[in-house]
Amino acid sequence: MAEPVHDQIRNIVADLFLMSLEEITPESSPSTIENWDSMQHLNLVLAVEQTFGIQLLPEDIERMTDVGMIERVVGEKLP
Amino acid sequence: MSSDRHDVMTGVNLRQEISDAITAGNGGEAFSLIVRFWDRNPDSSAAQFVLASFEKLDPQPVLSSCRVAILRSFTLEPCLPLFKAAAVVRGINLDIYVSDFNAYAQDILDPESRFFRSKPDIVVLAVQTRDIAPELWNDFADLSIEQVEASVERVKREIQNLVRVFRSRSLAHLVIHNLEMPAMPNRGLLDCRSEGGQLEALGSINRWMLQLAREISGVYVFDYDGLVSRYGRMDWHDEGKWLTMRMPVAADHLVHLADEWLRYIHPLVGRVCKVLVTDLDNTLWGGVIGEEGFSGIRIGQDYPGASYQKLQRVMLDLQQRGIILAVCSKNNTGEAMEAIERHPGMLLRSRHFAAVRINWTDKVQNLREIAKELNVGTEALAFLDDNPAECHRVRSSMPEVTVIELPADPMKFALTLRSVPVFERLMLSAEDQQRGRFYGEQRLRAELGETAASREDFYRSLNMEVEIMGKEPEILTRVAQLTQKTNQFNMTGKKYTEQQLTQMIATSDWRIYAMRVRDRFGDNGIVGVGIVQFRDLACEIDTFLLSCRVIGRTVETALLSHIAGEASNRGFRKLSGWFMSTAKNAPAKDFYASHGFRCILEEAGRSHWEFDLNVDQRIAMPLWIRLISPAGQMEECHGRTCP
Repeated sequence: MAEPVHDQIRNIVADLFLMSLEEITPESSPSTIENWDSMQHLNLVLAVEQTFGIQLLPEDIERMTDVGMIERVVGEKLP
Repeated sequence: MSSDRHDVMTGVNLRQEISDAITAGNGGEAFSLIVRFWDRNPDSSAAQFVLASFEKLDPQPVLSSCRVAILRSFTLEPCLPLFKAAAVVRGINLDIYVSDFNAYAQDILDPESRFFRSKPDIVVLAVQTRDIAPELWNDFADLSIEQVEASVERVKREIQNLVRVFRSRSLAHLVIHNLEMPAMPNRGLLDCRSEGGQLEALGSINRWMLQLAREISGVYVFDYDGLVSRYGRMDWHDEGKWLTMRMPVAADHLVHLADEWLRYIHPLVGRVCKVLVTDLDNTLWGGVIGEEGFSGIRIGQDYPGASYQKLQRVMLDLQQRGIILAVCSKNNTGEAMEAIERHPGMLLRSRHFAAVRINWTDKVQNLREIAKELNVGTEALAFLDDNPAECHRVRSSMPEVTVIELPADPMKFALTLRSVPVFERLMLSAEDQQRGRFYGEQRLRAELGETAASREDFYRSLNMEVEIMGKEPEILTRVAQLTQKTNQFNMTGKKYTEQQLTQMIATSDWRIYAMRVRDRFGDNGIVGVGIVQFRDLACEIDTFLLSCRVIGRTVETALLSHIAGEASNRGFRKLSGWFMSTAKNAPAKDFYASHGFRCILEEAGRSHWEFDLNVDQRIAMPLWIRLISPAGQMEECHGRTCP
């Protein structure tokens, strides 16, 4: 079994922003993580797309405003 | 089973194992796991993990450095961490400059640009059809034949101008993306019904680029269109990211773009392999010869043996490129050699292999022996095996060896080997193509050396003939290659590109001597180089090197004798040269001393040597070597200044 969506997303965030898993909450967002800029947001989107084998539309990407929302958007895309 | 799947899907177990190995201070193990992790899921978050983990490795693996500049017309920032991670697991540290968005032309046209100041070793010009030729991409259906032709000419002029200006300001290698074709031509089926179609117009620009690259040295066309079509145009392109972020490449393919760029970087920084060492069971053939026997193994034209035969075909192709083949396998020698020699399905036979180790000893030990036998460093070895445990063992103990782990499906073997970047070459000399044969002959020469009564008898028995060349532009590819690749017998270790050598021979104060050696066993090609600078009263040897193929045969004395003779004939009083110590050039250390040079300066890691052409006697040409030098120069020598 693959690990839960929740954990996989936290792993991606931890990799990209060089954070430990404990530091990441559903409220983690560009306003709480300093180097979460537009380019890192794109990296995050690409990592999510590859990890889950999905393609995110511009509208999806706009809604991905914090870690909790990323989980929700990914959840909607998965079968 | 479930944990294995878990591992393959997310690499979570591997992540933990990597962190544990780093914490335990087990650098070799950690390195091997990182490579494995990357090969399994090369995505954007893995890239960050790989780069962060790599920094924590102790000891740090030895990396070759390369400064890359990317001039681009679209967003490719997300590709950069992938590019860096893919490079670092292959032993290359990239320092990347990226032009501002769509500022590729300004960067080249402004001699003071940050781009030129970044002093790149290699430059990638990544410009899309959409951006450089929007009318040929978007508005094509509106254009008349004349307008299409005018557009094609404009694009060619623009590219040509950029390339020419670039070359006048930098000697860096330049890799140009060719133009991508649309997935669907704008005129539909009509596109190829009439003259001046879209595919034809873009294709004509691409063909013209190939010609341009052949005319200007150090310029290469990167078949971007071919790369896109390899993965499928519809799948490669991400319309959503293109329209919102100017990022046309889909997430899955960014790493393919990075890998393709790396194919150019490998030969450039010398991270290339000279030898392919292959396993036998389930690699060269299907099955285990020790269990299934001669008639049980799968190898031949039909499925399933065809997959293995195709892999052998790739190995023959590599040998044509100058790659030496060797075998390292755990088998009983007799039955394995019988299969190699007699099995009707085999393309490779024992004569194709320059070294063979079929035994039950540790493969690490065998690889060291093979390197020694072939007179190459272990970093020149690529090791091909289907067994993940053997691959991990070699990677952990010999991180300098390139390990090619075959996938589970034999039908993917041939493509896996074809895509390995350490066998890429940016230039190929006649010597490269014949190297496989050379190494066979070398074995015979070594046997003769052992039986000859004295060294002199041995030299005489070789019937050596030395030809000195220097003015022919076609030798410069090989000369540049020798300066870049010769580590052992190399007095100064200076590396030159073909472009730099071309500039040198255009001036009168530099002279290049390229030595070609023939003997009774065949033609060794160009195997020695002397580069000399004439200044005032002294003649300074800037570069003096000898391929390891001909070390220990006195041909170096012949080349030095020729250089000294010519310097003396031109009226110079002194011949001098440096020995600069490197990690590997100890074999060249005593060269000047043993030829009567005096040491005039010795300091840390280098010494300066001088030969007085007036007082000292000439450097004698070995009696057993016949010298052929170009007719013109013989005349110059006899007619003017020879006593």
